[in-house]
This record gives sequence, C-alpha cells and structure tokens, in this order.
Amino acid sequence: MRVLVGVKRVVDYAVKVRVAADKKAVDLANVKMSMNPFCEIAVEEAVRLKEAKKATEVIAVSIGPKASAETLRTALAMGADRGIHITTDLRTDQELGSLSVAKILAKVAEEESPDAIILGKQSIDGDFGCTGSMLASLMDVPQCTFAAKIDFDASTVERETDTGTEIVKFPGLPAVFTADLRLNEPRYATLPNIMKAKKKKIDAKSIEDLGVELSEGNEVLEVFEPPPREAGILVEDVDGLVDKLKNEASVI
Amino acid sequence: MPETEEEVKSIVALCQNHGVPIVPFGAGTSLEGHILSSSTGVTLSLEKMDSILSVNPEDLTCTVQPGVHRLALNESLGRDGLFFPVDPGADATIGGMCATNCSGTSAVRYGVMRTNVLALNVVTPQGELIKVGSGAFKNSAGYSLKDLYVGSEGTLGVITSATLRLQPLPSHVSAGVCAFPDLPSACEAVLSVLHHSIPCVKIEVLDSSSIIAFNQYNKSQANLPDQPHLFIELSDPTEEGLRSQESLVKDILSFSSRTTPSFSTDPASIKSLWAARHSTYYASCSLRPNSKGLVTDVCVPISQLSTLMSETVNDVEAAGVVGPCFGHAGDGNFHCILPLLPNDPQEYVEKVSAVNKRLVERAIEMGGTCTGEHGVGTGKMGYLEKQYGAGAVHVMKAIKGALDPSNIMNPGKILLGD
Repeated sequence: MRVLVGVKRVVDYAVKVRVAADKKAVDLANVKMSMNPFCEIAVEEAVRLKEAKKATEVIAVSIGPKASAETLRTALAMGADRGIHITTDLRTDQELGSLSVAKILAKVAEEESPDAIILGKQSIDGDFGCTGSMLASLMDVPQCTFAAKIDFDASTVERETDTGTEIVKFPGLPAVFTADLRLNEPRYATLPNIMKAKKKKIDAKSIEDLGVELSEGNEVLEVFEPPPREAGILVEDVDGLVDKLKNEASVI
Repeated sequence: MPETEEEVKSIVALCQNHGVPIVPFGAGTSLEGHILSSSTGVTLSLEKMDSILSVNPEDLTCTVQPGVHRLALNESLGRDGLFFPVDPGADATIGGMCATNCSGTSAVRYGVMRTNVLALNVVTPQGELIKVGSGAFKNSAGYSLKDLYVGSEGTLGVITSATLRLQPLPSHVSAGVCAFPDLPSACEAVLSVLHHSIPCVKIEVLDSSSIIAFNQYNKSQANLPDQPHLFIELSDPTEEGLRSQESLVKDILSFSSRTTPSFSTDPASIKSLWAARHSTYYASCSLRPNSKGLVTDVCVPISQLSTLMSETVNDVEAAGVVGPCFGHAGDGNFHCILPLLPNDPQEYVEKVSAVNKRLVERAIEMGGTCTGEHGVGTGKMGYLEKQYGAGAVHVMKAIKGALDPSNIMNPGKILLGD
C-alpha cells in the first residue's frame, strides 16, 4: 500500500500570535513555525503502517513557500520515504483556500496513485477542516474523517463525534482519512534520523507547473483580537449571585 | 515580574540601595523552604522571562531565559531530536533548576545541573550583569564561577540566562521492573550493574512500603508484588546494543532477585512507568489521605546505600510512623517521605522529625551528605557545620560576605547567621 500524507507548515501552536498592523492578517514575521499538529499525527500513522509492513511507501506532500521544505524534512525524519513540495508564495493561512488545496492534492494523487491519503483533520491556522472531505469528493473516493483509529484489515474507522465515537466501514481503497487527536501520539524524530532525512528526495514544483487552476478563496476583511476578558466580580451573598445569574447573565 | 535582563538589573540595584531583601522565584517547586521569606522583602518572579533564546542542534546546546519550564523546553527541543536530560519530576523552571543544582532520575547517566549547565548570565547583588562559564563543553579559565552560582539557591545573585548542554533523543530505549526478596539484595544488584559498567539511564530502588503506596495510587498499572523493586531504563544507539545491555542486566538482576525482570520498549508504557515513579510523593501521601509529606534527601557513597536504607526502614518501623523509602540507587541517593496530617499529635510530628534527623546524621557519619539534590534552603542549615566542619563553612560565609555584604539575596538560607 502506498500512503500519501499531507503536511502543512503553520504557526507553532505555542506561539501567542499578534495581528499585523494592517489588520488583514496575523503577523508572521520572526514567528516560530512548525508542522501542523494534526499533520504530525497523520505522518505518525503512515510511518506506523510502514513499520507494520502494511505500507510499502510513505510520501509526504506540502504546499507552501520555500520554508515548507523544512516541514517535509521533519516528515522524512519521522520516517516518510520522500517528499513532494508544491511551491507557492500565497499565504497558506488565508490566501490559499481549502478547495484550492484539495485540487492541488487531487492532482498530486493523480500522479502518485496512493492507496490511502491521510491528512490532519484541520490546520491550526485556518481551522477550516474542509480539505480532506473536499479532496475525497474531487477524487470520488470514500472519506473517513476525524479518525481515532483506522483498521485497514477490517476496512473500518472509529471516528470522533460530538457524543463519543462511531465505527464506520469504508468500501475499500483508495480512500481519504483525516487524523484526529486520539489516533496516535507522534514520535519525536531522533537526531540520526534528522541527519538521514537530509539525504531523502524532495521534488519541488510550482502550482502552475502542476497545471492546477486555483479556485477563488475567501477575502479576508479584517483580522482582530477577541475583546479582552472582563474581570470577575465578587458577589455579597447567594441572593446577589442568583440575582446576577437571572437578571444579568440570563442563565437561570 | 521583570521581562528583561535590564529590568532585573534595575530592580536589584533599587533593592540594594534601599536594603530590601530579594527572593528570586521560578516555579516554586523547591523542597527545603528556599522561597520562604523570613523577613520583609520582594519576591522576584522570573516567570515572564520564559523565552528559548537559541537552540544549536549541531553544538548540542541551547540558551534559555530562567523562567522557561523544563517540560516546555523539552517539547520544543523534541522537534530537533534533542532533549535536556535533567529530570527532577516536577515541571521546574530552568533558573530554579540552576539555583538548586537540580538533579533527578537520569543523573546516573547524564549528571546533575552542574554537569549540564555550561554558562550563565547573573545579575549580582549590586545590580551588575556578569557572564560566567563558556558555551564550550570544557573550560578551565579562572575560578569556576558557573559552578558557584549553580546551587547557590538565590543567595548570590539572580540568574537571567542559562546555556545548557543537550542530549540527542535516544533511538532505542527500554525499561523494566524487577522484584527482590529484600532491600539489601536490591541494592547489591544495583552495585553489580554499576560495576559491570552498564550505562543505565535510570536505576531506581523502591522499598516495599513505596510499592504498596505505588500500587494503591496507580490502580490502572500492573499490580506489583509487595516487595522491594528496582525500576531500570536502558538506552543504546542500536537495537543490538540495547538487546545486549538488557541481556546482561537480566543476568545480573536475576542472580540477586531469583526472578527475571521483563523489559518493554513500548514508549507509552515506559512513559507511564516513570510518571508513576515520579508520583511516589503523592502515592506516599495517599497512605495517609490529606497529608503533606516531609521529604527527606540524603546521599552516601554507593556501597553504603544498602545499610543506610535498611537502617532507615527499620527506624521508621520502630518509630511507628509511615515513611516509604525510594530513590536514585545508582547515585547512592534516596528519599524517605514522611506524610504528616495537620491534626497529627505533637508526639507523632516529633517522631517524624527525629527519624529525619537520625537519617541525616547517619548519612553524614557514612561519609555522605545531608542533601544529595534538594539543597539546603532552611531545612538543612543546621547540618552544614557537622558535615563540613567549621573551616569550610567559614569559607562559604566569606564568599557570601564578599559577594553580598548587605545580605539582600535570599537571606536566611544555606548559612546560619552569626
């Protein structure tokens, strides 16, 4: 089985982001960037399949600027075999929309013929969570989203729902899976593997070279911080509390 | 709550001018009353200085601000295939770890803070910034001020940046547990493992009382038999190397234990084993629900650990108090946790205090130290002269007097006033 894994370079989850001066985007200057946490989980799942001898090849693909190659190197250090870098200078946190990403991935899939495509369920910058489903739709293949457990032998996926989990059966491969938090705990790549990854192959080509026509994305009107939390207040007694809950917060 | 080195300098200089004592504060996880103030003064929290300034994977070093928490640092370093090996269990700040010469379960392989701190920026009690140590792994230039400030418990200055020595994340790790018929055979096995030059990452001993507490507290883990145990972790660059270490360790341990330990390479179970070991403080306190534990800490030459632990366990039993004993057997360092309840009768409290006192005196008599890891703070001040003699303590006082004549830096710690 050949597995294609999508990885995205995003602002590191621990960074406290700031709004850019023009209020049109998040300020990315000198900000620490890392692989999207859900993409890490996707890569881990693919590498585990390879270690279990269920997958023969793991290909990592990333769309983004020159620095996205670093994200691909991390995937390679975790155990992916080779990387595909689709270069673009469009901002991947807001200018390149989910449908465009799905179209690009569909074209890559057309060229690579993977049996399974594993993506993160969403990226932590856009948080759209659409790409996986759109990709499956474009490719006309089954989609198993929010996967907490994937069983390739039984063709079932345990997926997260708002009330717990449910088990779905997919008709077969190829199929698209999106990784949720509980799917696995990704490994840290060891230094020797990081060194080895420098020698693994990454093929780079632009969106135009790939021959994909992008869809119009959303237009960002304004980016702003949420209003600061108001300080709490002390109430005198229970009656005061009940009064506030009833008449101010309107929750009882 | 300063955010820059300049702010720290200004604050210290201001306090110096007004004779106001300063207690530097990291995460507050220290154990010997380091951050308690005995007089008026200011608490200088370094929590806002929490940036990782630089990571140099090729050099295996990084430079951080003092308020960086250990776990956050390792999460960040993991991405580069690196980690900072000093592991006290608690999520202490790097500054605090430097100030207390922190140590932990991995000291047997990787050493203590002093071994792993290469350089520091320190703001002196006069508000001047000095740089000590070197980013190079070895440095013989002048008096080793770096080693003076590491472990100075905030009494000589404020650490405003630290350059740390890192390790590559190990490729092949396994951990195992082994039960022993008694404590002496467990300690004997540790000596044997060390004498065979096996580079254990961790080798911990737990007495029966700690195992009982452990089982009770970690109900989801496998139930261990009520006997003394060793918990061991091994690592090797190659799988074959790891297998041969395991094989040798199994032979050595089964000689003393009459049972064969089993090793696991599963990262999840290794992680939960050590999480459970690190929760032995809470497990011990759970033997007396709602208690707080008096944490003891001594260290002796490794061949003396067996005698020391056995005598302590017997003393605890004879005194009729609860006191599980466990520790870093590979360093000759162990802790006895003595849980105390707020409404314990004075008699019980005195018994517990006496057990600790006898333990420390025993350790000093054996050529050991009143504190292997946790430092002096206020708790061990009374033992310095007994351990070192008046001469060395006099030199310590001379140093303190020279560097901080107004005694504004964390007064009332380490050295007894005249």
